[in-house]
Amino acid sequence: MSCQTVIGVRNLVKTYPGRDGPVHAVRGLDLEVQAGECFGLLGPNGAGKTTTVEILEGLNEPTSGEVEVLGHRWSLDAAYIRQRIGVTLQETRFPEKATVAEMVRLFRSFYDHGLDGAEVLRRVALEAKANAFVETLSGGQQRRLAVALALVGDPELLFLDEPTTGLDPQSRLQLQDVIRELQGRGRTTVLTTHYMDEAERLCDRVAIVDHGQVIALGTPAELIARLGGEHVIEFAIENHGTEVQASEFAGLEGVLKAVERGNGFELTVSEPHRVLPRLISHLEATGRQLGRLTTRHVSLEDVFVALTGRHLRDNQEPASEAQPRTRRPRRVRA
Amino acid sequence: MIPSIRPSLRELYCARLREFYRQPARVFWVYGFPMIMALVLGLAFQNRPPESAAVVVAEGPGSESIVAALSVPEAREGRAGRPGLRVTTRPFAEADRRLRTGREILVIEPRTDGGVVYHYDPTRAEANLARAAVDDVLQRAQGRVDVFEPKDALVQEPGSRYIDFLIPGLIGLNTMGGGLWGIGFFLVNMRIGKLLKRFAATPMPRQDFLLALLGSRLTFLLPDVTVLLLLGRLVFGMPIRGSLLTLAVVVVVGALAFAGIGLLVASRAETTETVSGLMNAVMIPMWLLSGVFFSSERYPAAMQPLIQALPLTQLTSGLRAVILEGVGLESLVPHLLILSAWAIGTFWVALRIFRWS
Repeated sequence: MSCQTVIGVRNLVKTYPGRDGPVHAVRGLDLEVQAGECFGLLGPNGAGKTTTVEILEGLNEPTSGEVEVLGHRWSLDAAYIRQRIGVTLQETRFPEKATVAEMVRLFRSFYDHGLDGAEVLRRVALEAKANAFVETLSGGQQRRLAVALALVGDPELLFLDEPTTGLDPQSRLQLQDVIRELQGRGRTTVLTTHYMDEAERLCDRVAIVDHGQVIALGTPAELIARLGGEHVIEFAIENHGTEVQASEFAGLEGVLKAVERGNGFELTVSEPHRVLPRLISHLEATGRQLGRLTTRHVSLEDVFVALTGRHLRDNQEPASEAQPRTRRPRRVRA
Repeated sequence: MIPSIRPSLRELYCARLREFYRQPARVFWVYGFPMIMALVLGLAFQNRPPESAAVVVAEGPGSESIVAALSVPEAREGRAGRPGLRVTTRPFAEADRRLRTGREILVIEPRTDGGVVYHYDPTRAEANLARAAVDDVLQRAQGRVDVFEPKDALVQEPGSRYIDFLIPGLIGLNTMGGGLWGIGFFLVNMRIGKLLKRFAATPMPRQDFLLALLGSRLTFLLPDVTVLLLLGRLVFGMPIRGSLLTLAVVVVVGALAFAGIGLLVASRAETTETVSGLMNAVMIPMWLLSGVFFSSERYPAAMQPLIQALPLTQLTSGLRAVILEGVGLESLVPHLLILSAWAIGTFWVALRIFRWS
């Protein structure tokens, strides 16, 4: 199974008819996913991730383009593919008055081969809830049930759509273990997310999707390396007006890139311990007061910003620019 | 369970049954509500002997003799075709006021020439009845003799009462509600919860999903119908003249017609508002037109072809024919044909336009 192409997508296009002309959800997307990897599709809401994944899951039909899943085409071998994939949707409301074990048994009955119900519940750590009604489960437990139902057919390929949105830390760790365990057995996972840190932690490779196309592809480390430096210095100057320009800091020795962001500046650097003293002495020399200073590792989010000029979770970018800026809670999930 | 059934079909079917009986509120609306409705309407329209009629004699010259004439035992007790009478006296002005405010049905005003004036509202049936009874008693007291002695042959057979008409109607209504709520509303809720989409992403055989839905619907039909039949039989003494097998055939074909309509209503709707609107658009006309609570023959002849084409009309009239008249299957062919046409037509369309997501 190793180094075998599990998903092959060439020039995928999906266009929906819309009130104000056609909506181009996916416009010429190419993708290859190898067996045994955890592949992440990253992008902001509306980038075309979910449409792409639904086409891969056989829930949506492409307008044009070629799609192969596990070496088969949906139009010819839908039954073959369905037996071998597991799916979680963004939000599924399971019947309130069914127990966890009953739901697992129901989904198990759809597959020719699969896992024992108790085994599936053990993997997502829901054994203790086997006889509980779905309505009594917490949000995190319901998401784990959704994963259990995706695993019950012992899939070769698992799709997870925004798997950790709204999950408690314990459930997120649980999910990481599930994905690692699958990888250990040569199984493949495709997950979509708009959480960069999640993709960094879980994925072997990520494709960054924007406006229905892949704009960057590689391992998280490769993508981050493209920015040149691995660290970011964020700082602000008290009471500064337009007289301070980002270009002023780009000239400092060791600064690879300097941008103005929000009410402060971001410097991309390789060696923060060398750049910081220079920055501080430069500010002292020009008589400016430091308002705030932090350093952090470069993240996929920075990659995304560098590629698109937008933040991942900014849904109405122009509108928020016009608002008086408060610091965006960007790193809350780190 | 039967071992030869595919596991997916068995599990889907059992899941649907469990989902129903674990919801006490739904159980009440399906079984409790129609029973209460039958009990309330049955008691309200129970056939009773006519009550004695309370009449008022206006005080004045001659009123004593009228009161005396109306108070003889024969007048107080009533007889065939005539209610008993209870007489009071009041000043005319007060009696007239009470009549105009609906608290009296008949005021008898003595006239100086020995006759009387009857004051009453001719649109009230009990007022006409009281007037006829009082007039009969007074005329006889004055010496009128009947020309001949009539004989009364009384019919009090079960089957001709309102409750006997109502119970088959309620069975039809319950069958319609079961199809539309149990299939239509249920499916749309599954679509909203993305559960239909989730099922579509599995190798679940799609015909099993439909078969399980129909199987559970027909299973629920058994208690649905039995409860109302037993209520009619045991509490109200309704006759069941036809064979139970014939009855089952009519109910099953009717249920399939409404299952098809439920499926059609649910095939595209994506919100509860849409499906509720569609369901009301289907159900309310049939509640009114299809002869559940009163005979659909009361509507003008021009509307009859439309009314007869409605599935609920055919189901309730078919049920009445089996239960009350005891007809066999051969007389029910038109009913069964119309219901089958509904079932086949709606399934045909619904399966073509049905959306899983």
